[in-house]
Parts: sequence; structure tokens; C-alpha cells
Amino acid sequence: MDNSANSQHHLVNDPPENVAEEPQENYLNEGKGLMSWLTTTDHKRIGILYLLTITFFFCIAAFAAAIMRADLTTPQGDLVISETYNKLFTVHGVLMIWFFLVPSIPTVLGNFLVPLMLGAKDVAFPRLNLASWYVFVAAGVFTLYAMVAGGVDTGWTFYTPYSSTYSNGHVISMAMGIFIAGFSSIFTGVNFIATIHKMRAPGLTWMRLPLFIWSLYATSIVIVLATPVLAISMFLVMVERLFGVGIFDPALGGDPLLFQHLFWFYSHPAVYIMILPGFGAISEIIATFSRHRVYGYSVVAFSSLSIAVLGFLVWGHHMFVSSQSVYAGLVFSLLSFLVAVPSAIKVFNWSVTMILGRVQFTTPLLYAVGFLGLFTIGGLTGLFLATLAVDVHVHDTYFVVAHFHYIMVGGMVMGYLGGLHLWWPKITGRMYHEWWGRIGATLIFIGFNLTFFPQFILGYLGMPRRYHTYPPEFQFLNVVSTAGATILGLGYLLPFIYLIVSLKKGKKAPDNPWRATGLEWTTSSPPPKHNFEQTPTVNEEAYAYKD
Amino acid sequence: MLSHFPQFLLAQTDADAPALRFWPERASDMAGHVDAVFIGLMVMSALIVLLLLVLLGYALFNYKRDDRGLGLWIAKSRWKLETTWSVIPFLVFLGLFAIGAKLYIDSYDPTEEGREINVVGRQWMWQIYHPEGKMEHDQLHIPVGEPITLVLSSEDVIHSFYVPAFRVKRDVVPGKYVRLTFTANKTGRFHFFCAEYCGTNHSQMDGWVTVMEPEAYAEWLQQDMSGQDHLTLAERGREIFHAQGCSGCHEPDSTVHAPRLAGVAGSRIALQDGGFVTADSGYLRDSILLPGKDIVAGFQNVMPSYQGQIDEGQIAALIAYLQSLDSEDSDVSTR
Ligand code: HEC
Ligand SMILES: [Cu+2]
Ligand SMILES: [Cu+2]
Repeated sequence: MDNSANSQHHLVNDPPENVAEEPQENYLNEGKGLMSWLTTTDHKRIGILYLLTITFFFCIAAFAAAIMRADLTTPQGDLVISETYNKLFTVHGVLMIWFFLVPSIPTVLGNFLVPLMLGAKDVAFPRLNLASWYVFVAAGVFTLYAMVAGGVDTGWTFYTPYSSTYSNGHVISMAMGIFIAGFSSIFTGVNFIATIHKMRAPGLTWMRLPLFIWSLYATSIVIVLATPVLAISMFLVMVERLFGVGIFDPALGGDPLLFQHLFWFYSHPAVYIMILPGFGAISEIIATFSRHRVYGYSVVAFSSLSIAVLGFLVWGHHMFVSSQSVYAGLVFSLLSFLVAVPSAIKVFNWSVTMILGRVQFTTPLLYAVGFLGLFTIGGLTGLFLATLAVDVHVHDTYFVVAHFHYIMVGGMVMGYLGGLHLWWPKITGRMYHEWWGRIGATLIFIGFNLTFFPQFILGYLGMPRRYHTYPPEFQFLNVVSTAGATILGLGYLLPFIYLIVSLKKGKKAPDNPWRATGLEWTTSSPPPKHNFEQTPTVNEEAYAYKD
Repeated sequence: MLSHFPQFLLAQTDADAPALRFWPERASDMAGHVDAVFIGLMVMSALIVLLLLVLLGYALFNYKRDDRGLGLWIAKSRWKLETTWSVIPFLVFLGLFAIGAKLYIDSYDPTEEGREINVVGRQWMWQIYHPEGKMEHDQLHIPVGEPITLVLSSEDVIHSFYVPAFRVKRDVVPGKYVRLTFTANKTGRFHFFCAEYCGTNHSQMDGWVTVMEPEAYAEWLQQDMSGQDHLTLAERGREIFHAQGCSGCHEPDSTVHAPRLAGVAGSRIALQDGGFVTADSGYLRDSILLPGKDIVAGFQNVMPSYQGQIDEGQIAALIAYLQSLDSEDSDVSTR
């Protein structure tokens, strides 16, 4: 029988082709010193810079969440005062969304892998790529400044007129941070679009592209089209705040709903900016560890594109109770149901791929299976929210909080971590400890469900979100949720530790430890500076697994 | 709908002994309908998750390459499966959409409105003005079994009026009136919340709806008016009408050329730009705060804006006063 543990060892011990004793020339050791990193235009090194930066932001945002969860164990919220609590959820949301989730897969895995998967030397505009990182860091500086200078208490949604007139926090500098971060996203998006169009290796036709590339392509289009609207809405908030021009505040003659339209016109597509790259990583993991071509390759590829398009037409589902017209509500509800169809197709196709193939239990696969479960629950509860009358009840309650954490953390973060594990040997040239990997993935899955499932119940019971204090009948479920968050935190700590340990202690990784298809596995681990000794040619479809 | 809903899932009504709950109370006509749709959604979700578990279970525990049983069948019927997997959800989704939409229209665009009560949100309390003159804050008393229409407005930022036990919620957007209609079908005390984040004490911006038998409610309206002026909302409006100088222009013998206001409420108004509007409370509100927005045909835009001069409670009173006048009423001219 194909025991999972054995299959793993068997894989790792596969042909030790390029595992030379001497450290070979590669992108990590080809230039030394801090300056060589800060001035690099190598897409792989830029990926690493992003990895470090977003991990830093993730830690701050997670810390904010930890304080909130601790505070929520009692109805009175004894740990911090309401003002602090409000600043905590703002910083948690802003950092997690714009400084972790949006950049995560595109800027780390995408930067590293897009040229490798295409058989290219680098991205189309390497300098723009480096610039995007500097812009990102500048954005982070503004945001962190707002945080330490006294904080912002508007929530990540910056609803007007609260944010533009009433809030006392450092709204301008945080809005500025987000405004600037948008440019960094756009730079990356433009770069990917150009790279995917122009730099594919000979023979690598569109229908031979790995699904990861397809999903990043769809993501980049959404980024380039939607992010300017975010910039506009943040800009207008700043203008109203600074100069008292009546744009959103009715007391000045403005319209508060205008902001919500602008904001969600970006922020709903942003959901897909976050989740589509996750889909891409999951497709790769499932194909690799089922040793089978993704079932319905073209359907999966085009469902990414249709999600990208439909995603632009559903922003109003965030405004069902906002007093937008009832008929607008009907249209947005219907379209929101439709956008669920391509996602349903994907989940089905991934499951079938695993049935058709021969599944190997590995850490990335565990993440992918976790993703399927959590994303499905997140997607299904999305339908609850698309159902108008049900949304009226659960809008702005913990039901919504649970729903989007299932999508963003259960979906996206699982995809990101799964992808990070899948490509870790390629990125670092080292194998991580497989058993710790599995334990980590399992803990994260359990902790996640324990944290967020009770929040669905809390939401249906009527507990509003962004509540520092709450009626005592909600306490039990809140305590369960906090207990779950503790496990989840531990789960996140594990990869953090064993991945770092692997850099020193991990086994040297062979070029293709998983015997996967894909050009990135044909070069050495870690890859040389210019990726390939000579430009590869492609003469078969993606995922041409023979055994 | 859903009168046989399993009672054990419902916690007690007694608000003083908050038990551990897993299902919210149901105290309005809407609540039963929403719960029914919600349960339908849960059943559908459970079936889908079950299907997924079966597929995953098969994939994970039957992990020799499967090109005989299920695998072969799947590979052969690829397009049939793809279509089934897209068409069935699509049809189910359409059904769900339709049910949700019907209830939404019933709730947000009702054919019939009920007893009007003004609710004003401000950071961080709710002020309630009953037409009979009674005022309360963070407490709302209503009769059972009668449609109630809350006329919601905000002094500052966006709030949201939310009564979980009624399954109703509506954002309270500054600068306009938003109306929320529901019918409570159970007496008792039910928590209401502000659901839209509105600043520091957002989570303390809550209160209680007390649903009473109609007789008890009628009695309550009379009681305990000590400290208040015993005037109805409309009577208070008349005082403001004079105190704020509205009468100076709007009285028939005024030297200013201004429209007579008796009978205006509810009537069709011809505007200077050639259009027509019905003078509902939203129009009357705009006439007072944004007089330049709609100019009545045949008049000059000379009325000053009262924005920032009077608060939402006074506006509510003024409107109640205007609504209390019928076209025969000589009140405006006699005072
Ligand atoms: C300076 C004189 C003046 C004062 C003071 C004034 N109004 Fe007016 N009002 C007018 C004029 C002139 C119009 C018609 C032009 C327009 O529509 O703006 C008008 C229009 C209105 C209308 C719309 C009437 C219709 O037929 O549609 C309402 C309602 C109204 N006023 C209420 C008030 C109230 C309430 C106050 C006190 C808070 C007030 N007004 C104070 C002059 C005045
Ligand atoms: Cu959305
Ligand atoms: Cu509030």
C-alpha cells in the first residue's frame, strides 16, 4: 500500500541530481550584503523582500487580533477601553487587507514564480518591480505612523461621514498609506500582465499555461482596473477632511452613500484580488500531489476570468440595508448569486482531479484540502448574505465577520501557506520538516474552525460586529472563539519556526522534490540568477503527468 | 409560515435571565419567514458539504489511481458533469434569490405603512418621539400586532437600527429619512442595537423595545408625562413654527410671498422647474433644510436654510405639525 509517510520519503530521496556539495551559484549567493538586496532587480529577490515585509505586517495585525480576542472574553471588555478597541480592529483590518492579503501571493509567490513558470529571465519591467516594493514600504511607513501617532478608529471601511468629519484619529495619514499601497499593487499588476503576454517561452501557448499564471493574470486585470477607484475614494476622504469640501458629509451638502459605492466598487473586486491567487496556488498543489492534470483545465482557467468580470458587478451587495434603492438591491442580489457559480465549478473540478489522480498526503495537500472545506463554507455562507431578506438580519453582525474570514483566512491564507510550502524547496533550496508541517496545517484547520464557526451563530443571534462590549448572553460563544484563536495562533507559529529552522537544518532540496511538472522545477533549487541555463521550450500541455 | 418551528431551539423571552442561546427569539411576522429561508439555506449547504466530503473522502482514502470505478465514469461524462454542476446550483440560486427578494420588498417597500414613530440616532444614543408627544431614549414602546413604521434619521454619522428578534435592520443615514416597517407579534422586551459602526461608544448604543398589549400601550402613552410638556408632537411643532419665525413668512397676511402650508403635506406640489413632487416627509424635510433644492412654482428662493439651526427632534415636530393641518385649516393664519 502506498503509505503516505513512505511516499513522502521516497519523494524526497529521489534522484539527487543537482545536489552538489559545493554551494552552487544561485540567486541567493550571487551578491552579498544588504545593498545587493536593496538594489536588486531580480524578481526572486524582490519576492523575498516582499515575503519579509508582509510577514512583518501580518505579525502586527495578528497581534492586534490577539488583544481583541482576549478582550472579548468578557462582555464588559476589561482589557482595553473602547477607543483602543476601535483602533485595534482598524489596524487589524487595514494591515491584513492591504499589507498582507492583497500583496501576499502575487508579490511573494507571484514575483518569484511568474518568470520561472514562463521560462523567462525576469519580469517585463524589473525596475518597476523594485519600485513597487519601495512604494509598498513607503505606504507601510505612513500607515504605521498613523498607528503609533495615536491611531485611527474608522474601521478599514472608512465609512463617511464618520471618517471624513467626525473621527479624531490620524485618518489622513492612514488613508495616504492605503492610497500609496494602491500604486504598488498597480505596478505589480501591470508588470504581470506585460510579462504574461510577452515573455512566455517558445511553445508555451496560452492554453498550456499553468493555472497559477491564469489566476494571476485575472488578478492583475482586476488590480489595474479597480485600484484607481480605491485611490479616488481615499483621496476624496482626505480632501473633505482637510478642506471641508462637501463630498460625503450631508451637513456640507455631500452624499454619504457615494463613498460606499466608490469604496465597494474597489473592495468587492478586492475580494477576488485576494482569493484568485489562492485558487491558482490550490490548482498547482492539487495537480502536483494528485499527479494528475487539473480536471477541466480550460473551465477552471476561464472561470477565473469570469469571476474577475462578474466581480465588478456586485458591489451593491454590501449596501442592502444602506437605503440604496430596493431595485438596485434586487439586481445586486441576483448577480451575487451568479458570481458563485464559477467558484462552485472550481471546487467541483478540484475534487474530481483528486479522485482521478493518486493523492499523496503532504503538507501542501493538507492545506489544499483545508482550503476546499473552508472556502466551501465561506462561499455557501456568501449565498446566505446574497439572499436579501437574510442579509437584512445578519448584515453588520458576526455572521459577516465569520463569512469573510472563512474566505480570506480559510481560503486565501491556506492557499498562501500551501503554496509557500509547495515552493519552499525551490525558493530556499531546503526541505522543511514534513511532520511539523502536517501538524501545523492540522492545528491551523482546527483552530480556525473553532475561532470562526461560533461567530456564525453569534451573528445569527444578532451580535453586531465592531462591538467592544456585548450583552452577557453572547459570552459563551465568544470564549469558545477566543480559545480557538489561541490554537490558531499556535498553528501559525509552527510554520514560522520550522520554516526558519529549515534554512539552517533542512535537507538540501533537489531540483524537483515533488516530481512535479512545470518549468520552475526544471531549473536548480534555488534557481540561478537568470533562472535558466538556456531558454526552455515547451511542447506539451500543463500537468502532463504520465504515471 | 413556520409555526411549527421546534420550540426547544428558541430560548426564553425573559430578558433578565440571559440564557445561553443558539437561536434568536422570534417576535415579528418577518422573523418566521427569515428563519424559514435561513433553514432552507442551511439544509442546502449541508447537502453540498456532504457531497464534497464524499468526493474528498473517496479521493483521499481510495488513493490508488482510479481509472475504473468513479474515476472512469467521471472522465467519460465530463461535459454532462460540468453542466450538471453548473446548472443545478444555478437553478437553486435563482429560487433562493426570488424568495429573499420577495421578503425584502415586503419589508423595505411595504404596500401599507403603520403607526409612525420618529427615531433619531446620534452619537451614542437613540431618541424616540412618539406622535402622541411622549419622548424616550434607548427605549421604544410599541403595541403588539400593529404595523409600526419607524421614521429614522441621524444627527451626525451613519447608524443602523437593528432588532434581532424582529430580523429587521436599516441604516440610519444622515441627511434623509429612512423608513422601517414591521409588526411585532409577541409581547416582551427585545434588545435593539446600533449595527453600523459610529465611533467610540458604538457598542453601547443599544436599547430595548418593549412590545405591549394595545390597551397597556394606550395607557402607557398617557402615563408618566411628568417633566414633559403634555403636548403632542404636532403641538410642539406649532410652537417651533412660531418660535423659529416660519409663521412670519408663511402666514397668509405676511408681506413675504410664501406658499400657504395648510394642506401641503401629502399633496402634489408643482415645482418651478416644471416637475411635480408629492409632499411626503422627505420633501418637507428638504424644504426646511435645503429650501433651494426644490422651489415651489410661482415663488422665489428666499426661504433660509434651517440646517444646523434646529435639531432632528424639532424637524420631526415641525413636520408632524404640517401634517396635522388640512387645507381647510385656518390655524396658520389665525395664530
Ligand atoms: C423668509 C421667509 C420664509 C421663512 C422664514 C420660512 N419660509 Fe418656508 N418658504 C418660503 C418660500 C418663499 C417658499 C417657497 C419657495 C421654496 O420652495 O423654497 C417656502 C417653502 C416652504 C415649504 C414648501 C411649501 C410647498 O408648498 O411645497 C415648506 C414646507 C416650508 N417652506 C416650511 C417652512 C418652515 C417649517 C419654516 C420654519 C422653520 C419656514 N418655511 C420658514 C419662505 C420662508
Ligand atoms: Cu462583496
Ligand atoms: Cu453605531
